[in-house]
Amino acid sequence: MDVKFINAFLEGTINVLTTMAFVAPKSGTPYIKKDSVASGDVSGIIGLTGAARGSLALSFSEACILRVVSNMLGEEITVMNHDINDAVGEITNMISGAARKILESSGLSITAAIPTVVAGRNHSIVHVLGGPSVIIPFSTDAGLFVVDICLTEQ
Amino acid sequence: MGKEMKILVVDDFATMRKVVRNLLKQGGYENIVEAEDGVVALRMIKAQKIDFVISDWNMPNMTGLELLKAVRADAEVSATPFLMVTAEALQDNVIAAVKAGVSNYIVKPFTSEVLSEKIANIIEKMA
Repeated sequence: MDVKFINAFLEGTINVLTTMAFVAPKSGTPYIKKDSVASGDVSGIIGLTGAARGSLALSFSEACILRVVSNMLGEEITVMNHDINDAVGEITNMISGAARKILESSGLSITAAIPTVVAGRNHSIVHVLGGPSVIIPFSTDAGLFVVDICLTEQ
Repeated sequence: MGKEMKILVVDDFATMRKVVRNLLKQGGYENIVEAEDGVVALRMIKAQKIDFVISDWNMPNMTGLELLKAVRADAEVSATPFLMVTAEALQDNVIAAVKAGVSNYIVKPFTSEVLSEKIANIIEKMA
């Protein structure tokens, strides 16, 4: 996968979480993932088509997403609930939008489908293209999450 | 109109309505009502004195653009300021919204400061 896609999703992720949830995620070294087991407790997945085809997933640890959503809503959320799933879908949508805006400025027009959210320990992330995917790990003060991208340029 | 104006937040995601409400409160706006889609929003706009509408673009039943067109077509409420919220600033969408009479648009993600600035600019232009 071309580094321009990785950079766009990395930048989009930091932009959305910093702006909407006031957390400053630090990115780690990207790596290739071959299985479909999610690393987090709740994941948002969104299909992408156009100049590139595939899907983007975000997978959050429970501690991380509770902090992110608490900050976004301005109220303390201590248990995984419908608000969390709702927010993960919206965050996935926003990160996809922010990354696509960056890619559009390089002449790559990509459209997104509606995000879906899966929760629970060891749930699966099924990419449109099947895999393998590139994982960008992030750490925050509250915990870990990953951006999981499986894309092919058209 | 100032910080006391009644703002209607329209979004099918309850969480996003809460997020916008939270950002508005940070900006000093307290008089906030919510609708989960364009149909409910239009009913509220016609029945209540709504001073300002902040609407998502993508919604089931009635989209933000359809709501905007319905508001602009009703003489009683057609002057209501309307801020469109979108996840992406696609040129075609922006043109369609401008043609339909949107007051301004804002691209997610956005801060409380940017939201308050957009609202203030719209109100200033109306004065």
